Amino acid sequence: MSSENKKLDTRPLCLSGKGVTKVFGTGNKANVAVDHVDFEFHEGEFVSIVGESGSGKTTLSKMLLGLLNVTEGQIDFQGKPRDISSRSKKNEYWKGIQAIFQDPFSSFNVFHKIDAVLLDCIAMRGGRNLPKEEKIRLMTEACSFVNLKYAELTNKYPFELSGGQMQRLMIARIFLLKPKILLADEPTSMIDACSRATILDMLLQLRDEVGMTVIFITHDIGLAYYISDSVYIMEHGKFVERGTADDVILRPQAEYTKRLINDVPKIYEAWDLSTVG
Amino acid sequence: MKNTLRQVFHSGKFVAGFSIFVFILLMMIIYPLINPGNPLERIGVGTFAKPGTYVSLYDSVSSDRETLRLADADENRIKSMMSMEDRVSMVAWFTAMDISVEGVDMNDTDALLTMWRENYDEKARPAGMTKAQRNFYVRLNNSITSANTAEVLSVTETNSATGEVVDKGKIDKTDYVNVGDVANVKTLPLGTDNFGRDVLKELVSACGTSIWIGFIAGIVATLIGLLLGLLAGYLGGIVDDIIMFVTNIFTVIPSFVLLILITYSLGQDQRGATTVAVVIGLTSWVWTTRSVRSQVISLRNRDHVNLSKLSGHSLMRIVMTDILPYIASYVVMAFILQVSSGILAEAQLSLLGLGPKTTEVPTLGLMMNWAMLYSAHLNGSWWAYFPVILTIAGISFSMNLMNTGLDQVFNPTLRD
Repeated sequence: MSSENKKLDTRPLCLSGKGVTKVFGTGNKANVAVDHVDFEFHEGEFVSIVGESGSGKTTLSKMLLGLLNVTEGQIDFQGKPRDISSRSKKNEYWKGIQAIFQDPFSSFNVFHKIDAVLLDCIAMRGGRNLPKEEKIRLMTEACSFVNLKYAELTNKYPFELSGGQMQRLMIARIFLLKPKILLADEPTSMIDACSRATILDMLLQLRDEVGMTVIFITHDIGLAYYISDSVYIMEHGKFVERGTADDVILRPQAEYTKRLINDVPKIYEAWDLSTVG
Repeated sequence: MKNTLRQVFHSGKFVAGFSIFVFILLMMIIYPLINPGNPLERIGVGTFAKPGTYVSLYDSVSSDRETLRLADADENRIKSMMSMEDRVSMVAWFTAMDISVEGVDMNDTDALLTMWRENYDEKARPAGMTKAQRNFYVRLNNSITSANTAEVLSVTETNSATGEVVDKGKIDKTDYVNVGDVANVKTLPLGTDNFGRDVLKELVSACGTSIWIGFIAGIVATLIGLLLGLLAGYLGGIVDDIIMFVTNIFTVIPSFVLLILITYSLGQDQRGATTVAVVIGLTSWVWTTRSVRSQVISLRNRDHVNLSKLSGHSLMRIVMTDILPYIASYVVMAFILQVSSGILAEAQLSLLGLGPKTTEVPTLGLMMNWAMLYSAHLNGSWWAYFPVILTIAGISFSMNLMNTGLDQVFNPTLRD
């Protein structure tokens, strides 16, 4: 285990932050959503950020994506301070980091056909002027990666698909874009259990085949343990515990982590956590 | 899109409103084809001619005649001659002579005439009646009896050079002309107004102008409201603060007062129909801005907008493709309401004498203004203002009905 830990640490840093803080509002009404958090995500790492609702997970993920401004602190991208001061720099940054959101039903513009979504990704990768056959080949490839058939999807609108299919289409989008970092904000919480396993599998596959860093945000600590290399536990805007998945889950230090583990439903109770704690 | 349209046309309310509106529009297009000409042309010299068919008396004299002997011709003639005042006077005479008037129906001409012929005596001196009053009754009696005595009317022509009067012909009581044979017959379904204009023709033209004013006002108000609402809602921050500050100022000033001040300061000469429409639009964008802003705020943090940002789309593209389509149905509904309220605002302004200048085009408001200035409501000329009120009500009603129908389609909580 310690050897695995060392191996992870030697990988180059992909995204790291120091003292990252987000405060909403000012004065008396100031609300600290994320409070001086530090993190280091390595290339090819599968990281989970676990916390309950309102702990600041989504705010942190929006800051990582550059959709929200950082009140304080610094985020480094690939070893250099992240610069998203202008539109073109933001676009450049977004080629390196992409996201899958929680609710697949609200992730698509309902007025656009599925082809438009995928073509958009090809264009973003500089494939705007590719011949039509090549574009279709790329889209077919992306669809088959997520077990969808392009021929069945073409000319359809997103709302004609099921939630699981839509979320898989989101992954197809990531497959086309091949970013350095994928930020998955509770991608499986609104999906049925069956699709959930396939989607998690696809995320792992993306990590292994493309070498993507996956930042997986969830409230389900069991799920985090199941798939992650390292886990960050977040409470009230702070990381109360961080480490490899085995360290955090099997030898929790923080009270909050213990409580989270105890809250996990029956199926995990087979592990006798009291003895390892 | 097709599906939405089908849904919209399945809404009974929308279809009803739409049909009324299309009917009004068709009238506006078809009527000027049937009855072309300038709607502001003064055809009558007097004011407020009653609705009906007008037959040229001059032409009917020279038209081919037929002789018809109709049994009730005499009666009808007397009936149309006897005014209500005459009938009241007759009853007053009976009362003065102590003749019982119980059970006398003033509208029953036959009974009244029979009673009159039986009882009237020129020499009688009813108590308390002056000489002048007795003379009035003599004249009344003469006109009633003479209505049928003169068998023939003669038509003469005065030679304008010599002043000589030439007999041109005779007209018998039994002479009739076919209306189709008379050279000049004019039907005025809604009579004429105070300037002697054909009210129906004017109304159709006014209806077009008013709808045009409504549309321009609606487009101006919706565009301003949409633009400011989108900017304030999507950009947020200082832009939002500034726009909302201005919007709030406009909200607390009654827009109608603002409208009156602006149109008044423009002056009569500057106020064309389009100018007035633009001014109405400029004062009524506030509510569109507020509601578009709140809709955009709820949309801008949706995942599909975030995803569009992550895809590197420009601000313009995000607003046009990821936000605008989502609020389009709402904006269409707001637009319909703005058109309807624009038409009403024009009517209100014109009624105050601040509408478009009166020499170029009629509008619904101006027609009401003219009718009011010439006391149409006091002298019983209902045709000068009542059809106008009905038209305004019809247009507003149809638009509000369409709006409610759309609301039911687009707002799932209102579906039944």
